Amino acid sequence: MVWVNAVIQGVLIGGLYALFACGLSLMFGVMKVVNLAHGDLAVLAGYIAIGVIAVTHVPVLWSFVIVVPVMAVLGYVVQRTMIQGALDRSVLTTLMVMLGLSFVIENGLLQFFTANTRGIGTGLSLLTASFSIGSQIQIAYLLVVIFATAVVVLLGLQYFLSRSKYGRLIRAVADDREAAQLAGADYRHVFGIAAAIAFATVALGGIAYGMYSQIYPTAGTDTILLFAFAAVVIGGLGSLWGTLLGGVVLGVAQQIGAQISISDEALAGFIVFLAVLVLRPQGLISRRAQS
Amino acid sequence: MTGPRNGGRAEPGTPLLEVRDLTVHHGQLRALDAISLQVFPGEVYAIIGANGAGKSTLLRTIAGLHHPSAGSVWFDGADVTGLRPERRAGQGIVMVPEGRRLFESLSVEENLQVGAAYARPGPWTIERVYETFGWLRERRRQPTAQLSGGEQQTVAIGRALVANPRVLLLDELSLGLAPVVVQRIYGMLPEILATGLTVLLVEQDVSQALRVASHIQCLLEGRTTLEGRPADVTADQVEAAYFGLAGAAPARQPGEGSEP
Amino acid sequence: MSLATETTARPAGTFRVTRSRRNVTWTGLGALIVVVVLGLAPYIVYSGTTAILVQAFILLTMASMWNLLAGYAGLVSVGQQAFVGLGAYFVLILALHGTSPFAALPVAALGCGVAALPLWWLVSRLRSGYFAIATWVLATTVLLIIEKFSSIGGGTGMPLPGLAGYNPALLTAYTYWAALAVTVVALAAIYLLLRGRLGLVLTAIRDDEVAARSSGARVGLARMLVFVVAGAGCGAAGAVLAISQLQVQPAAVFTVNWTAEMAFITIIGGLGTIEGPIVGTVVYMVLQQTLASYNAWYLIIFGLVAIFVALFARRGLWGLVDSRINVRLFPVGYWLRLDTDRPRRPRLRAPRG
Repeated sequence: MVWVNAVIQGVLIGGLYALFACGLSLMFGVMKVVNLAHGDLAVLAGYIAIGVIAVTHVPVLWSFVIVVPVMAVLGYVVQRTMIQGALDRSVLTTLMVMLGLSFVIENGLLQFFTANTRGIGTGLSLLTASFSIGSQIQIAYLLVVIFATAVVVLLGLQYFLSRSKYGRLIRAVADDREAAQLAGADYRHVFGIAAAIAFATVALGGIAYGMYSQIYPTAGTDTILLFAFAAVVIGGLGSLWGTLLGGVVLGVAQQIGAQISISDEALAGFIVFLAVLVLRPQGLISRRAQS
Repeated sequence: MTGPRNGGRAEPGTPLLEVRDLTVHHGQLRALDAISLQVFPGEVYAIIGANGAGKSTLLRTIAGLHHPSAGSVWFDGADVTGLRPERRAGQGIVMVPEGRRLFESLSVEENLQVGAAYARPGPWTIERVYETFGWLRERRRQPTAQLSGGEQQTVAIGRALVANPRVLLLDELSLGLAPVVVQRIYGMLPEILATGLTVLLVEQDVSQALRVASHIQCLLEGRTTLEGRPADVTADQVEAAYFGLAGAAPARQPGEGSEP
Repeated sequence: MSLATETTARPAGTFRVTRSRRNVTWTGLGALIVVVVLGLAPYIVYSGTTAILVQAFILLTMASMWNLLAGYAGLVSVGQQAFVGLGAYFVLILALHGTSPFAALPVAALGCGVAALPLWWLVSRLRSGYFAIATWVLATTVLLIIEKFSSIGGGTGMPLPGLAGYNPALLTAYTYWAALAVTVVALAAIYLLLRGRLGLVLTAIRDDEVAARSSGARVGLARMLVFVVAGAGCGAAGAVLAISQLQVQPAAVFTVNWTAEMAFITIIGGLGTIEGPIVGTVVYMVLQQTLASYNAWYLIIFGLVAIFVALFARRGLWGLVDSRINVRLFPVGYWLRLDTDRPRRPRLRAPRG
């Protein structure tokens, strides 16, 4: 039963990983940008939430309403200025600019918030509690809420991409940028929208992470970024549900690893990640081969 | 180049689309060398020439995908040389690119919807495209990768039409298609023209071009070697211009030398 | 007069291909003098200064290696910290078995070069973005595996044995000379490699990979060689790091910050030139020393400068100098000379990326 508990925990945390991963997948799928600062953006959102709550004393859940749109706008601006400039130059420049962004964000957070870990109190006693099934399965309500949120976000994203005008434009620009231009679409604007969505979803994930666990300035590059990439690669680029599957596989692998030895949690996940990269880089659900 | 030429057209006036002394480079290679042309409303203007003559480059530069090193592009009396491609599409210059370039992960209908996303007001709607090309309606939810070459070409044309262009640029429609299919597609031209469009097309198949065009221009290594109405040129002249043989008819542009 | 006219209007015999514009022995002599002067530093300056120089040498070595990878072989690795850490741990393991850390240094470099082979096998088929992430994941995996062994310090690390018996002043001097030696050997190795066949193959790959392959260039082999050399170089730097810190902590030696710093130093100094990392290291140290009292600010500014240079001065600071006064301290290219006085500079291509 201990193993069943491990699998359940892994599946649920997979939702959080999927939340981190979908923005990464979007930016890579649409703009071919490997966002090395993605993890740091999640942490940044968490710290902004902490700051907003400390200054305005709003209830914790309001922090989502404030921080997520702010991050979306930030995403559009950063994309139209810095990232577009880098894309116009070369792949190397893009990687360096994103790495630079990551570096600056982390050191900036270290400077202002020190290296101590922080948490975002959920404010609702229900969410810190958990329920049990049998004697060996314990599930935190918060984790279930996060998983449900992830599913809702993915459903929303799916609907947006398949039914709305901008969703179609995003897919069209991802398919063939020039042909989209010829049809009258300014691809830089479409890129901006995609980045805004990516920043918004990762902000959601970051604040949720701050509630579930503790954040610290280098958490972005220590864990979040690589977990997000693992979910994308394992699940396969180009499929939102693949991202959820990838997150779940990662989470389960980690929990099984933790059962073998408590220090092997992250390692187990990375070994699965490496195995997929080497053996099947297009992932488990591949809509497109590695482009 | 001074003032409008008629080159045998019925009426004077400003051309809808004009290219003046256009020079385009690909890196160090000169693809177009001081090319000029004028397209008047309602015309079907065909550009012919061998591979590498610069035909597609010319069309892509007019659409805004290439920057000229020298020269200018004029549309409806205004200089559009500095406009980005999406802005030109908004003005009414819409291109059907070489090789169709449909959005592969989108269905037929979604391709048309993207084409209509920034459409100008006009007679062409998605509904009208379905009426004109009847078979599209049943297949509209299908992913475009499942269509044949000719069907894809039709969708690509439809995607351009729903933007309600004033000038439709067609780049190598016949590429990769069987002659029967090519003929059927060119057979749609009259219906397209009937809604007030002007067509500028690039075509490798010379006889096909001569059949549909009201005006042709032949390019060789980035220069114009022949220009005029199909009725006014002989097959020998076309052949000579196409291959750059001695005895080619001099291009009918003032200022152009007699060398091909 | 166009090149076309030149090449067709004259007989071929009036062209010469030479290695460099000036006599390179003067540059070599100059470099030798610099090295000798640097070598005398422990006798001249305080130990605080030599410590700063040791740090500079470590960064310069790493940056030169990253430059070799990204600027010449087109491999953008975000996982070089794996070799930094492995180098440090090789020294630690050998020291635990009684070897002097200084003697362990070359072994560590060699060991890292060998370790690079299986790692290359894992990532060699991946392209740019995937390659970058894969190297990062590899480095993190190596870190996690090493942390499992409590005999070498586990997650918290341990002090480096074998150095306690040294006189402090002597230890400082030996550490300094080891760092200097590693840097000199690294730069010399890179220079010689790039002047040789490998340099030619790498330039060909950079310009047109398909054409290079069909001309018979062993593209995969060339890239693997570069990856191995870079691994050994970063490993040597990691070994010096362990000696200079007197301890080995996994989080400190395996942090991705090493790769970020070596990458930014290279970008700021100038990618694709051997002089670039030198300039970049100087910039880093100046920033660090002048802003050290402001905690992490020098790093924030360093990162911002790197972003700015990547976007607006792609050839880096050395590139700006180089395009104006046309000088190469470490020439690895070729010159085409007519039999006239002025050598005609071949059209300079910025490195791809």
